[in-house]
Amino acid sequence: MAKAELMDYDKALELFEPVLGFEVHVELNTKTKMFCGCANEFGSGANTNTCPTCLGLPGGLPQVNRQAIESSIRLGLALGCEIAEYSRFARKNYFYPDTAKNFQTSQYDEPIAFNGQLTIELESGRQVTVDIERAHMEDDAGKLTHMGGAAGRIQGADYSLVDYNRGGVPLVEIVTQMIEGGEADAPEIGKTYVAAIREIVKALGVSNARMEEGNVRCDANVSLRPRGSNILGTRTETKNVNSLRSVERAVRYEIQRQAALLHAGGTITQETRHWHEDTGVTSAGRPKSDADDYRYFPEPDLVPVAPSRAWVEELRATLPEPPAARRKRLQADWGFVNLEFQDVVNSDLLDVMEATIAAGAPAQAARKWWTGEIARLANAAGVSADSLVTPAQVAALIELITDGTLTDRLARQVLEGVIAGEGTPSEVVASRGLAVVSDDGPLIAAIDEALASQPDVLAKIRDGKVQAAGAVIGAVMKAMRGQADAARVRELVLKRAGSAE
Amino acid sequence: MSEITAEQVAHLANLARIDLSSAEIDRLTIELGQIVDSVAKVAEVATPDVPATSHPMPLTNVFRDDVVVPSLTVDQALSGAPDRAGDKFRVPAILDEE
Amino acid sequence: MTNLINQTAAALAGLLADGSVSSVDVTRAHLDHIDAVDPDVHAFLHVARDAALATAARVDARRAAGEKLGPLAGVPIAIKDVLATHDMPTTSGSKILEGWIPPYDATVVKRIRDADLIPLGKTNMDEFAMGSSTEHSAYGPTHNPWDLDRIPGGSGGGSAAAVAAFEAPLALGSDTGGSIRQPAAVTGSVGVKPTYGGVSRYGAIALASSLDQVGPVTRTVLDAALLHDVIGGHDPLDSTSLTDAWPSMTAAAQAGLKDGALKGVRVGVIKELNGAGFQAGVKQRFEETLALLTAAGAIVSEVSAPNFEYAVSAYYLILPAEASSNLARFDSVRFGIRVNPEDGPLTSERVMAATRDAGFGDEVKRRIILGTYALSAGYYDAYYGSAQKVRTLIQRDFAAAFDKVDLLVSPTAPTTAFKFGEKTEDPMAMYLNDITTIPANLAGIPGMSLPMGLAPEDGLPVGLQVMAPARADARLYTFGAAVEQLLEAHWGHTLLSQAPALANIEMFATEGGAV
Ligand SMILES: [Mg+2]
Ligand SMILES: [Zn+2]
Repeated sequence: MAKAELMDYDKALELFEPVLGFEVHVELNTKTKMFCGCANEFGSGANTNTCPTCLGLPGGLPQVNRQAIESSIRLGLALGCEIAEYSRFARKNYFYPDTAKNFQTSQYDEPIAFNGQLTIELESGRQVTVDIERAHMEDDAGKLTHMGGAAGRIQGADYSLVDYNRGGVPLVEIVTQMIEGGEADAPEIGKTYVAAIREIVKALGVSNARMEEGNVRCDANVSLRPRGSNILGTRTETKNVNSLRSVERAVRYEIQRQAALLHAGGTITQETRHWHEDTGVTSAGRPKSDADDYRYFPEPDLVPVAPSRAWVEELRATLPEPPAARRKRLQADWGFVNLEFQDVVNSDLLDVMEATIAAGAPAQAARKWWTGEIARLANAAGVSADSLVTPAQVAALIELITDGTLTDRLARQVLEGVIAGEGTPSEVVASRGLAVVSDDGPLIAAIDEALASQPDVLAKIRDGKVQAAGAVIGAVMKAMRGQADAARVRELVLKRAGSAE
Repeated sequence: MSEITAEQVAHLANLARIDLSSAEIDRLTIELGQIVDSVAKVAEVATPDVPATSHPMPLTNVFRDDVVVPSLTVDQALSGAPDRAGDKFRVPAILDEE
Repeated sequence: MTNLINQTAAALAGLLADGSVSSVDVTRAHLDHIDAVDPDVHAFLHVARDAALATAARVDARRAAGEKLGPLAGVPIAIKDVLATHDMPTTSGSKILEGWIPPYDATVVKRIRDADLIPLGKTNMDEFAMGSSTEHSAYGPTHNPWDLDRIPGGSGGGSAAAVAAFEAPLALGSDTGGSIRQPAAVTGSVGVKPTYGGVSRYGAIALASSLDQVGPVTRTVLDAALLHDVIGGHDPLDSTSLTDAWPSMTAAAQAGLKDGALKGVRVGVIKELNGAGFQAGVKQRFEETLALLTAAGAIVSEVSAPNFEYAVSAYYLILPAEASSNLARFDSVRFGIRVNPEDGPLTSERVMAATRDAGFGDEVKRRIILGTYALSAGYYDAYYGSAQKVRTLIQRDFAAAFDKVDLLVSPTAPTTAFKFGEKTEDPMAMYLNDITTIPANLAGIPGMSLPMGLAPEDGLPVGLQVMAPARADARLYTFGAAVEQLLEAHWGHTLLSQAPALANIEMFATEGGAV
């Protein structure tokens, strides 16, 4: 595709005010789909989780999943929304091969949740409140694979394959009001907002929130308003921006692209655009047209959802502490400086840290192990840190270091054993025989041997050149295969050498 | 008389994904005009004070428990497919993403 | 041997239960009769001869082994092709589904199988149940057993003709705007549209979801009640299914056969469904029936339903709107035929459009386009929105009427069976034919049609429509059975015994004086 002209970001901000809007789709982690009892499962064999309802076979009818309603209400509440007393599903009619019924069962003018807000904090400390217009329920589409032509691309494909396993998976679509006043922070606002949504759905436990598996997907709307004007610019809708970094990049890119186009006297087409993760650009999709006449009408196969106020309050009582508040509390409790705390947050280790500390580990030690050695091993194995060891195991390991049973070096070996499934840290210490040797007998024997074999060193120590002891200490540690406390060894070496230190 | 035009019918046919011939469009333009003229009388009594009824029986909150029930087998799911490749439904090239 | 095809389902059930006949014999007799008459009648799109006989043999064996079976076990039944059957093609009368065998059974089909009825095959219908004459079937029309040049009604002309021609004692139908009741009326049979939500729609190929209801098609009211008891009741797979604990419809029908069942029953005659446009013989038989009811102690009065005037208009907005969306799934991807465009590139969009053009008939296309229009931005409020309001007004009319009377009556259809082609050229004239039956669907209330005589001018059956408040289906059966008994006593025979013999069949000759 032709490369678009981009305007320098600072110049773009001088000339235009960016206006944003986001539609975030959250896949709920219910056991079954939104409208049928097929498993809601990622990664099953193609078309194994399908039935007459989610395949859109003639005669199939939908049945609403109660858990999906509860999750949607809880999510709405967590976003500060009002919960509708009367809410309905509607059919959104359009033809597409991944949409089995050729309509999406969604909500139109009667969404389950509306009028919310979410305050996010940027890295600068700036707080931005994003107004939520609505959060509504709908079902996901199946998955298309484009074959032939340029690998995997829809353009130029010879044919496509459809797997309806994802068809009918419950989604909540969260739609913001226009976000104005973001100014140069606009891209960061996008990233931080999506991160906040992700954090909330995770804390609620309503979604697996794995962006790489499409559990959270973002459409970013961007328009520019010329400085001094009060007329909104035409917006573009960049679809499926599916990582936090991409949200930031895509917003920034659209600001620069639109600014260049407008400045050159061009006009913005109201269209959907595609984000290309690899090249970092957006490209034009289908222009908005009257083909977008979705002919919404109330879904006649489903009856209205009218949650009682008692039910809503019952669900409100199950809400966890808001993630932002929790972070503030934890950072204060642990006494971490921003950098240390960010490190934990960015590595997605808040939960395990909290559990490790609750199990008795000092905060700094927990941080050191989780963001250090464990993260390194997890990275190398390509898995998440919390899948390797449990917070209880890490706390036990730290305890062994604190009480002098293990040195850091030994502890790393114990950790390996724990990960290998050899048991608890104490069991690994026992079975591998890794504890620090605390009995002086073997140490003294080793020291005497080392001193005997290095008489020149012994002479130096006796002359008061204490630093010469390093060579003997090294030899002793080697002989003890690391299982000695280096400080104690030093103490004993000097003593045996008869130093007057 | 209603003002249904052939262009309008062609547009509706496109929305409804039916490849109507121009003869069909012409005939439907006339028929649709007549039918619409006739049924438009609903507006006479549909005053703002009358609530709409979308379902004949006024039920609310009909839910299913979140319990997995067996799905079709892959062969059952694909048994009616006009075309398939492996365990997936095969469709001709798609012009552009929705 | 007893003539097995002329028996009611209730009588067959008795013969099967006491061992006088086997299900295999009963099933074979019906299959043989289908072979003999269906080339003329064309009630069936598919006959499952081998499967039916095998099922019958299994039921016989279980009965012989002393197993306790349900009341209709071993009785054959025909199934409207709108219902999904895992072992028979299911086309809904459309070419777009030619040869499609669903991987599942509709709930009602499952229930008749569980009750050990014997599915004989699938019956013809107007394509996707759009029509009142079965002329819109992609597989050719069904012929009225009373006059093969005439329509059997629709959309369920196949099911009605099958029972009227003694090809099956029972059939399943579906009624969106009269598709069970109007065919019953013009074929001299009995048909019931239950309360909306009384019978599961799961597996019934949807025409208009908020109007569709599955129901029994039979030759007697008691048979309809027996079948209703098998298919009715809550189904969690249909979210609009009612959770009511229903009374026995069979017991309700039997109650109607007792002396004095009509005494004091308040019967309302709907002024707006008894006026201009009704055939003289239809009006005559209706008046005579009212006189008989009065003589039997019923209190007949006139009630008004002023908004019925708007019912056809509302119906022909709501139905096409819902249908345009329900029929969107016929897209050549997961099931059904696929047709490539004659020229140009083979894109998914173009193949879908070519398939839908080739696979849908004119009436289906007409209604899809109309429904697409009614739902379009800018028209929704004036059309679909207004039609939903008319629906409220019609419910209010019914509520006001049922404050005064127990049941409402009208002729089921304005005319007797018309000739093929008479109304296909003028869609609106065809639509207006449904004026009598549509209000019940819009309001969700139950309705029944039973024979009330032959029109003197053409000798063709005339139907009486009875309507009851929502959930009062049992009341229909009590009243219907009583009226049926009253009329047959008056005539001295059943109505269907007067039907002309079909080609080379001497069916009535062998039955003695039973009918
Ligand atoms: Mg959406
Ligand atoms: Zn399913």
